[in-house]
Amino acid sequence: MPSFDAVVIGAGVNGLACAGRLSKAGLKVQLVDQAAQVGGAMATREFAPGYRVSAVAHLVNALDARVESGLDLARHGLKWSARDLATTALGENGDHLVLCGAFGERLDGSISAADRAAWTELRVRLLRFAAVLAPFKAMSPPRLAANAGNDLIALAKIALKLRLLGRDDMREFLRLLLINVADVVEDEFADDRLKGLIAFDATLGAHLGPRSPNTLILLLNRLASQAAGTVAGLALPKGGMGAVAAAMANAVAELGVDVRANAPVRRVLVEGDRAVGVELQCGEIIRARHVVSAANPKTTFLDLVGRPQLDTGFVRRTRSIRMRGGAAKFHLALSGAPDFRGADLTSRLVIAPSVNAVENAFNAVKYNRFSEKPVMEIIVPSAFEDGLAPAGHHVLSAIVQFAPREVEGGWNDRRGAFGERIMATLEAHAPGISGLIVAAQMLSPEDIERDYSMIGGDWHHGELAVEQMLFLRPAVGAAGYATPVPGLWLAGAGSHPGGGVSGAAGWNAAERLIGSEGAQ
Amino acid sequence: MNDPRLHFNTPLKTTPFHPRIAAANRLNAWGPWGGYSTALVFDDEAMEHTAIRNQASLYDLSPMTKYRVAGPDAAAFLDRLTIRNVAKLAVGAVHYTAWCDDEGKVLDDGTLFRLAENDFRLCCQERHLPWLLDSAFGYDVTIDDETESVAALSLQGPCSFAVLKRAGLDAVAALKPFRMAEFAIGGIPVMISRTGFTGDLGYELWTAPDYALALWDRLFDAGSLHGLRPIGTNALNLARIEAGFIIANMDFVPADIAVRADRARSPFEIGLDWMIDFDKGHFNGRRALLAEKQAGSSRWALVGLDIDGNVAADHAIVYAGRTREVGVVTAAAWSPSVKRNIALAMIERPFHAEHSGDLWVEIYALRELQYQKLMMRARIVDRPFFSHSRRRATPPAEF
Ligand SMILES: Cc1cc2nc3c(=O)[nH]c(=O)nc-3n(C[C@H](O)[C@H](O)[C@H](O)COP(=O)(O)OP(=O)(O)OC[C@H]3O[C@@H](n4cnc5c(N)ncnc54)[C@H](O)[C@@H]3O)c2cc1C
Repeated sequence: MPSFDAVVIGAGVNGLACAGRLSKAGLKVQLVDQAAQVGGAMATREFAPGYRVSAVAHLVNALDARVESGLDLARHGLKWSARDLATTALGENGDHLVLCGAFGERLDGSISAADRAAWTELRVRLLRFAAVLAPFKAMSPPRLAANAGNDLIALAKIALKLRLLGRDDMREFLRLLLINVADVVEDEFADDRLKGLIAFDATLGAHLGPRSPNTLILLLNRLASQAAGTVAGLALPKGGMGAVAAAMANAVAELGVDVRANAPVRRVLVEGDRAVGVELQCGEIIRARHVVSAANPKTTFLDLVGRPQLDTGFVRRTRSIRMRGGAAKFHLALSGAPDFRGADLTSRLVIAPSVNAVENAFNAVKYNRFSEKPVMEIIVPSAFEDGLAPAGHHVLSAIVQFAPREVEGGWNDRRGAFGERIMATLEAHAPGISGLIVAAQMLSPEDIERDYSMIGGDWHHGELAVEQMLFLRPAVGAAGYATPVPGLWLAGAGSHPGGGVSGAAGWNAAERLIGSEGAQ
Repeated sequence: MNDPRLHFNTPLKTTPFHPRIAAANRLNAWGPWGGYSTALVFDDEAMEHTAIRNQASLYDLSPMTKYRVAGPDAAAFLDRLTIRNVAKLAVGAVHYTAWCDDEGKVLDDGTLFRLAENDFRLCCQERHLPWLLDSAFGYDVTIDDETESVAALSLQGPCSFAVLKRAGLDAVAALKPFRMAEFAIGGIPVMISRTGFTGDLGYELWTAPDYALALWDRLFDAGSLHGLRPIGTNALNLARIEAGFIIANMDFVPADIAVRADRARSPFEIGLDWMIDFDKGHFNGRRALLAEKQAGSSRWALVGLDIDGNVAADHAIVYAGRTREVGVVTAAAWSPSVKRNIALAMIERPFHAEHSGDLWVEIYALRELQYQKLMMRARIVDRPFFSHSRRRATPPAEF
């Protein structure tokens, strides 16, 4: 007799969202994670005595509205240090450009009237197109086969939205859909800061440069998200990303989910060609009618399910899911506030001086090198709230691109050299920052892979790229959350619509599972 | 000399038996098989077929694709790869098997030899190394293509045992069908399996290429009094049709080669479903095949036809009730052994059963540059068309 209706593997944002949704539908759910703390890549960690920072993800830009309200995260303790965070595109000599409100509703700083006008126009256009794509994220990916059981009503709504674009807009939409972001910004503006920033945002978390094909769609994907109620907004959770994890854990516990940390799954039990539970590393067996994996798809199939249960073609596809992380995390404990030539520390600070700067930074990873002049997104969380650093001190969190999973010379030997390159870039924009350093930490994609079981250190547990989207995500045969093994479901970022602190994949997977129950 | 860039100079390789085959090939009739030159006919196709059924025949099997699968997980891997149960295959035994893609469509059929507990040889028509290697991911096995490093001959016909006996191999008498053992013929190490593609008494002999010519010579020394004859592919093809055997790319299109999605066939659709062991655990294509079985969704059936008249119906269209197209003949011949006009045909279900009394075959007989269109009645009959108790008798008779 199964003790649970569903056992969910992995308590990252998606496992938590999935477990919560299943529980709301009345299922009895066990959620297990191998880590000591739930949350996966949503974690607030002390990296030096007295200094805490969001260890991996540090900004919320895509929290799924269904998750936020459905789990009532506000009531369970989620608070925002800031919503609608502005972005400061750091200029070389203090001539910063500030994008205020969601995706630069207003531009502050010196910029030509022509660029200002062009920005206003492009911004609206991109947001309009993103809105067309947004509904896709909240549904199972459509399937190509006839009678595939697609949600035809949802698809019809999207089709209607497309129709309403009108002919010219439709043409423009199709032109932009698969274009690279560099071409778009170079068509539109002269200002390097603005172009660099948009190029950076489009390629954040990707293994692509701004001139790589299909990069604009990643920007549209970003804009098709919402944070703390604002479309295309940015929000900073109070207490760091660990606080989001804590709120979600509280929420699902209240819904009746049994959450267990320190419970690594060794394998998925398959009996009579059906997933019937999991075996933990300690040998304990948990039986359930459904097994849901919100862990990485490669881990799920190749390690937990195991090769013998899967067909060759499917294994081929699983093994070739690309998971090349390109982002490193860099944390500084500082004895005082850094000065980015007067930039507002309660904004998101981006160093991406031009399209070429981002492209050149990306070039390095193609050859297994780190960028000599990395581009980065910086948050100084201690500027928003107390308690993350000793009084008067600060913590700085940066996502630094690009760094390969495997670096020439090995990360053990090259870690220091990359740290120096990051510091040189920071020092150039915040003169004197080096003198404030109390402690520093660099997490390479290799470190992230090891510490957070994200293969390749990949942001999305499977690169988010056109050829790995929708019904191709994570691989044909498992794209609709159901997998080739009856009773086994996928629910992590590796599935549609991809990663980020979102929970959309987990929520969609739960709805799919619930739907299958109804159909029985 | 061995510059791999010059491969185009030899578009077809020759087999280790080539010097003897070239000398005996009086018609100089050659055809390609798996990248090798092979004899289609030596001097008289009808006499070669007669040798298969009434004397003894020798066919060069070397171009057949051969994989060596070895290692601690070899049996588990092959069980996972193929649709038949490898656990039931004893050491020293051979079984006919097939393997499928994820959708349960056949990639190839072939014979699996269990040489030792963890050592197998898989023989088949097409090349499959990438598929085998990818299927082996996660298994402790090595897979080597040994097509070039094993020379093989097929000795078939009622006198085949007598030939071996005369060559000094009395011990072969104990070999049952689908069994194999190691022997030596005048110092030549040779593995002999009681297998073949003719449906007759016969053996396949496997040795190292260096021994190939000596083995050939020994067999002909021993075989002359028994009418041993080298045979080409044409005669063998006639014999295999009589025996009702199918060949990849002739009677079905391997799923990985098929360009048109609807050309792939499941084991149910080409008469290989008897091999499937659904209870042995997971194997490639199992889920799709089980679904096909449960839904009864097979669309085709490979059947044997007995056709009126004596004109071979190669690639003819099959009709139900003279008008409705329901399939195609994949192989056909006037059979000298059973004196019937026989064929293998791929027929759309349910016409393989319900309308079997009303099937017609449209044959275009080209007679001195004019087609004569024949609409001939065809009946579905059991395969094999030809069978003889001598095939299975152990010890075999000496004719
Ligand atoms: C450097 C970096 C920076 C990022 N920054 C941001 C950001 O600022 N904003 C943003 O929105 N997104 C960001 N992301 C992306 C985001 O962190 C992820 O996409 C998201 O957290 C993935 O959530 P998940 O639940 O799918 O997977 P995870 O959070 O990885 O959760 C998977 C869980 O499964 C568990 N698990 C794995 N194997 C087993 C097993 N065998 N048994 C039990 N449990 C197991 C793991 O312990 C883990 O908790 C960043 C990613 C990276 C790499």
